[in-house]
Amino acid sequence: MNNLLISSSPHIWRGLSTNKIMYLVVVALLFPTGAGIYFFGYHAIWIIVSSVITAVVTELVIKKLRRKKFVMDGSAVITGLLFALILPPRIPIWMVVVGSVFCIAVAKEAFGGLGYNIFNPALAGRAFMTVCFPGEMTTWILPSFFGSDAVTGATPLGESFTWEMDKLTLYKNLFIGNRAGSLGETSVMLILIGAILLLAFKVIDWRIPVFYLGTVALGSFLLGEDVIFQLLAGGLMLGAFFMATDYVTSPVTANGRIVFGVGAGLLTVAIRYFGAMPEGVCFSILLMNAFTPLIDRYIKPKPYGYVRMRKKEVKAGQS
Amino acid sequence: MECKEESRSLASETKTRKSMSSFWKEFLKGIVVSNPVFILVLGLCPTLAVSSSLDNALGMSAGVIFVLLGSNIIIALIRNATPNLVRIPVFIVVIATFVTILTLSFEAYLPPLYESLGIYLPLIVVNCIILGRAEVFASKNPVLLSIADALGIGLGFTLALFIISFIRELFGTGTLSIFGRELLKLPVLSEHPLTIFILPSGAFLVIGFLLALFRWTGVIKGE
Repeated sequence: MNNLLISSSPHIWRGLSTNKIMYLVVVALLFPTGAGIYFFGYHAIWIIVSSVITAVVTELVIKKLRRKKFVMDGSAVITGLLFALILPPRIPIWMVVVGSVFCIAVAKEAFGGLGYNIFNPALAGRAFMTVCFPGEMTTWILPSFFGSDAVTGATPLGESFTWEMDKLTLYKNLFIGNRAGSLGETSVMLILIGAILLLAFKVIDWRIPVFYLGTVALGSFLLGEDVIFQLLAGGLMLGAFFMATDYVTSPVTANGRIVFGVGAGLLTVAIRYFGAMPEGVCFSILLMNAFTPLIDRYIKPKPYGYVRMRKKEVKAGQS
Repeated sequence: MECKEESRSLASETKTRKSMSSFWKEFLKGIVVSNPVFILVLGLCPTLAVSSSLDNALGMSAGVIFVLLGSNIIIALIRNATPNLVRIPVFIVVIATFVTILTLSFEAYLPPLYESLGIYLPLIVVNCIILGRAEVFASKNPVLLSIADALGIGLGFTLALFIISFIRELFGTGTLSIFGRELLKLPVLSEHPLTIFILPSGAFLVIGFLLALFRWTGVIKGE
């Protein structure tokens, strides 16, 4: 009799629990993390370690304060890791700790915890850091491998960025990650490996990243910019695959996700070309997060077996 | 005869004692039990706008106490002569009179504070705490009680603004200063202040977390 369980729907499930999904994302994130450590040296390790530990400890403390059960489901680890990956590589550790506390305490737990947060916690943390520490958040260095001294340098999207060699070398360097930028956003190659892993296990939906990147490419093309450069530069790849696809803060329906991707792409293009900041991925995804409930409300899938009545039939039914 | 006089004096004594006790009751009520910002959640516009520094908060509180006291007294005095249908315009005219007095005297005697409070000083006219007290309390109660109510609510507003601006100034600038004198300077934060606390979003965050804190500690009773 113990085999007879009565429970509410869903009755069919894939066997992928929240824990498994979260740790799969962590594994996928290890690729860009490795790139960050390789290109930016020991300080990158400290940033990542302090961010992750702070995030988990903050989650534990807040759950205790809210008298809720603490579950080590890995979501705090992901938030901490993602937050570290979108920080400049030489940011002081205490700022990382403050920002990581903000991510979990304000952007996630104050809204009700996992599943209730409106904004992606890591991106909200980055927005917080951009407002609080504008100087430190825009100090970029060129890749400095273990032991070597850091040299400041402009990010590819920055105004002072110059490139003397041919375009192919530029693309190659951008693809491999040999350029200034946030910790984990530089190596497009390793981000794509992680993304393919997630797509293969069906952890993320292809619609958001594809429509996001497609819109940015189309927008850049229409504005007469270098399309490949715009796709490879900045935090676009990391944002499209790891931030915009966050389950909690993106729409649930397939068509809604297309709208989400296109909207984020349009905003990114708008901020890059017409805004005051060089990069717009963070704020465009945050803005679309705010629109997610609206998208979910108005873009609903057709119910199974639903047939739209013709006008004549409606009239016949009324009379 | 004696007995009657005695009872009359006793009655008047209990009456004064009663009125004194209700004076204190109305006074204390405004500070915690029905704190205008944290419990009634009124007057959030000035609360959010001027709580970015202690100076501004204290200047604003002083202004609100003055206007609230004046308008409560006048409205309680004329409460029986005011036709019910036009009471709101009458309240507004009374409040506007005091706000005009306040604005002109701030401009004359405290020009720096007048500058930094800006539009929020004349906007006390539409501060819902003041209109709310006029409508809920002063138009239905005698003068003495209305004074107690005005002082209590005013002090409650001051307390709330003080707490909020204390936190915002401390974290938003890393220093605490009152009327030009520096009280406190945090070592790291004063060089890298958390600017978000000074911005409007910081005001929302601070008020939200304070409300959560008071509810959590049981100062505010949940439904």
